[in-house]
Formats: sequence, C-alpha cells, structure tokens
Amino acid sequence: MTTADEDILRVEGLDFAYPDGTVALRGIDLEIHRGEFLAIIGQNGSGKTTLAKHFNGLLKPSEGDVIIFGMNTKNASVAETTSRVGYVFQNPDHQLCHRTVEEEAAFGPKNLGLSDEEIKNRVNEQLKFFDLEARRNEDPFFLSKAERQRLAIASVLAMHPELIVVDEPTTGMDHRQSVAMLELLDELNKKGYGVVIITHNMQLVAEYAKRVIVMLEGRVCLDGSPREAFTKTEILEKTFLKPPQIARLSLMLSDFGFGVTLNTKEFVETLNEKSIGTRRKR
Amino acid sequence: MKMIQVQDLWWKYEAGQQYALKGINTEIDKGEFVAIVGPNDHGKSTLCMCMNGLIPHAFRGEIKGNLEVAGIDTIHSDIPTISTKVGTVLQNPESQFVQMTVVDNIVFGPENLGISPEEIKRRVGSLTKLTRTEGLLERTPDELSGGQKQRVAIASALAMTPEILILDEPTSELDPVGKTEVFSLLGRLKREANLTVVLVSHLMEEIVKYADRVMLLYEGKIELDAPPAEFFSNGDYLADKGVELPQVTEAGYLFDRSKRLLNAYPLTLESAYNAFRNVLTEGR
Repeated sequence: MTTADEDILRVEGLDFAYPDGTVALRGIDLEIHRGEFLAIIGQNGSGKTTLAKHFNGLLKPSEGDVIIFGMNTKNASVAETTSRVGYVFQNPDHQLCHRTVEEEAAFGPKNLGLSDEEIKNRVNEQLKFFDLEARRNEDPFFLSKAERQRLAIASVLAMHPELIVVDEPTTGMDHRQSVAMLELLDELNKKGYGVVIITHNMQLVAEYAKRVIVMLEGRVCLDGSPREAFTKTEILEKTFLKPPQIARLSLMLSDFGFGVTLNTKEFVETLNEKSIGTRRKR
Repeated sequence: MKMIQVQDLWWKYEAGQQYALKGINTEIDKGEFVAIVGPNDHGKSTLCMCMNGLIPHAFRGEIKGNLEVAGIDTIHSDIPTISTKVGTVLQNPESQFVQMTVVDNIVFGPENLGISPEEIKRRVGSLTKLTRTEGLLERTPDELSGGQKQRVAIASALAMTPEILILDEPTSELDPVGKTEVFSLLGRLKREANLTVVLVSHLMEEIVKYADRVMLLYEGKIELDAPPAEFFSNGDYLADKGVELPQVTEAGYLFDRSKRLLNAYPLTLESAYNAFRNVLTEGR
C-alpha cells in the first residue's frame, strides 16, 4: 500500500561526472512525492537534464543513490525503472522511430510483454487523450512539432508510469500550443500522475508548477513553491533566471502591499483590492 | 534606403495543398528592426526563408511576385551571392553546424570569402565575447546544450558581417537571461552598426523593447503591421488570433476593462510600474 505523501523517488548524495571528467552534479539530495507537479529550472548547462536522466535510471550516479519506488537504480534494470518513471526527451524526434503513430504508442507496452488486448486498450486511451486518434495511421514525421511532442508523451504514458519527466515540453511551440500542452500535463497530474518538467518558460512555471527546483552549477540552490522561488530574485539572478514579468512588476509594487503575483489575473485582483481604498477617498 | 522590398509575393511548397504565403507586400528600411509574430504554421518561417533565398533555391514549389533584398533580386540570384549580404539564424541550430568545432563553424563563412586570418581572428574574439561562447571554441555540437548552439549560430552568422540578419526563433532554447542578452545584442547591432534585423519570436516582452515594427503573419498574409504601441493596442483582436500580449499589457487590459483609468496600455515593465503606481496613489 502506498500513502499520499510517500516518497516515490529519493536522491541521496548524488554526484555525477561524465566519462570525460566533466562534473555535472554535486551532492544532490531530494525527494519527490506522489502526485507532485515539479519544475526544474536553471541556466543552460546547469545540470537540469543530467539530473532528470537519473530519475529513471538513464544515467547512474558516480556517487550516491537514486531510489525509485524502493529500487536502487544501481541494481535495477532499465526495463524495471523506465516502466515506473517515464522520460520524454527534449527533442521528440530523438525518441520517435516508428512508421506510424499507432506503432509508436504501442512500442513501450509491447516491450512490457502485455497482451495484444491490453496494448490496444492503452494505445487507444493515449491517442484519445492526446487528440491523435485521427492520425493513428500516419507517419510521425508528417505530424506538426506540437503533435510529435504529444505523441512522444503518449508513447511514454502507454507504459503507465507513475511519474513522468518531460524535458522542455513547449520548445518551439506558440502560445496556444504551449498552454494546451501544460493543460494536458496538469490534467495528468490531477489524475494522480507525478509530473516533472524542465523548462525555461517562467510564466508556465508560475502558472502550473506546485514546486520549483532551481539548479546552479550542478547543485540544487533553491527548492520551494513558485511563489517562494520568484521572491528570491538575488538567487535567481545568479542563475540567469528571472521571474515572469508580472511577478517582477508585483515585486516593484511591494511598497503598496503587493506580494508576488504569479499571473496577470492574480495581479489585477490585487490591484483592484489595493486601489479600492484610494477610490473611496476620491 | 530600402533594404527589403516584397511585392505581391506568393509561395506554395511542392507538397502543400495551398499557398503558404498569399500576396505579401512590405518594405523594410536599412537599420529597421522588424519582429514577425503569429501562430505556428502561418508563414513566419516561410517568409524568412524567402528573404534569405532558401526559397526558392533550396525548396521546390511555386513562387510568384517580386523580392529584393539588399539590392539583390533573390528569386533570380543564388544562395552564395545572397549569403554575403544576409545572415541567417535558423530555428534549429543543429541544422546550421557545418563544421566539427565551434571555432571552425564560426570561421567557415569568412574563410570562404577569403577574409584575412588577422581579421578573422579579430572577429572571432569580439563575437565570442558578445555571444558568451569564448569557453566553447574547441567543442563539437554534441558537447553543446541547445542554448549554446543557438549562441554559436548567431556568432557564425555575424562573422560574415551581413547587412541584414534574419533570425527564426533564435532564443527558443535559451535561459531567460540568455534570451534577454540576445535581444540586447540585436538592439546594439541595430543601433551601432545600423544592422537590419528581421526576427521571428514569441517573446513579446523583449519585442516591445527593441522592435520598430511588429508584423502579424496569419494564414499566409500580413494582417497587422505597426509600431509596438499601436500593434499591442489591438488586444482583443490579437487574443482572437492566438497572439500573446506582454504580461504587463495584458494586466492593463484586464484592469482597464472595468475602470478606464489608464491613458494607454503599458508595454514595458517601467511604464506599467508608473501607470499602476499612479492608480494606487490617486486620491491618497
């Protein structure tokens, strides 16, 4: 039996160096709990992707341990770990390799040795959720970038992992596509999936993530809610990050009693509230 | 002086069902900074590829109309000729790596133009500093992050000292400060070197700071073309077309819908701060 706040993933004293000696991660400790929506942010080259690749055993620690659902990735096979924690690569084209959308989505479940019936059900379920049913017989190559990204996620989810890690879910997408993608991830999170995203889009982090991890030179330098993280502007500056524009505006208005606002709606609500007093006096 | 002149330009990809560009007319002056915005697959990248000659010289399809870029009739010229005047930074930086190491990639263009080694060395020095790529010179593409590749692509394009720089989402994989740096670099190149910049981006907060004009490309047509303040005063229209506003402008809209307190919608953080501070202090 699992409980709601159980750690599904535990990282202890993780160091990692690439074979050429480049140290990418230093002394990382963190837990990910069931049902979290976590964003990993940090400047280019800070170790975000390297850390995330440890979450399902794609990379193994040089020092320290990564425990996934009680399994140490040092001893577990990739098949065991990847079916529990799904990983969607930064560029979906690095992942998509089948002739049709349907075959792509069926690949993972087939490797799990599931029955044809179960594979069919899972493929149908995912293609429906990601609005790809009409394109099931097409070559993934002919899908739009946004559709290929959805297919990459659908293919990973077809293995029914409990935690899904998506590296840069919205790169190259326009505003509507980006929001639609995050809405889908949010819906998955509400269904009980743990979601981890790596992103440079602070606006989406503010809007959707419940927890933020900030990476700097291979270390975790901040771990908290988006509201907490976007208040720490001095730490963010060191990491080449900055809060979304509307959060920065609210910080500039702190003399008027503004806390950090995470989106424009929240900002305008605060503005209305704070300006009521002034309007009465007129 | 007109740097780019487009007259009734139509283009259909060979495999396309319909025209990707449908009668584009526009003129861009020397030293102008034009941002092209709009949803994906509505012609932004296609128009860029017409301006640098990749269309029609590297793609099959049907072209109609006239296009003159830096005095070159690009439709009837060739890519080597056009590339001496027009620098390009593509959406996918990987596709622009022609050489093994970063430094070889940056010097590839100028070496092929027969520029002296001393001058090339000088350019590499200043460009790598400008683009924060000094430490990466001996790396190969697979040793670079997406953001690093984008910065190398910009350095490589600038190494040719082009008159026009065309950039198709050059900051999509950069961290927030990296994005800001690229825009401020482009702003500086425009100001100091009078470089003409045509840029596709979704980053409205930066666009309003640097662009002279913002152009909405929708279903293959230029649907709106105006300076940022005028462009973003069409909030409802832009929302309908799927174009995001700068967050502070959107806040101005949401607030003003009921109150009519703002004279104009704020475009930048500073102007928003001033406008909302006035709202908060009025009557105090």
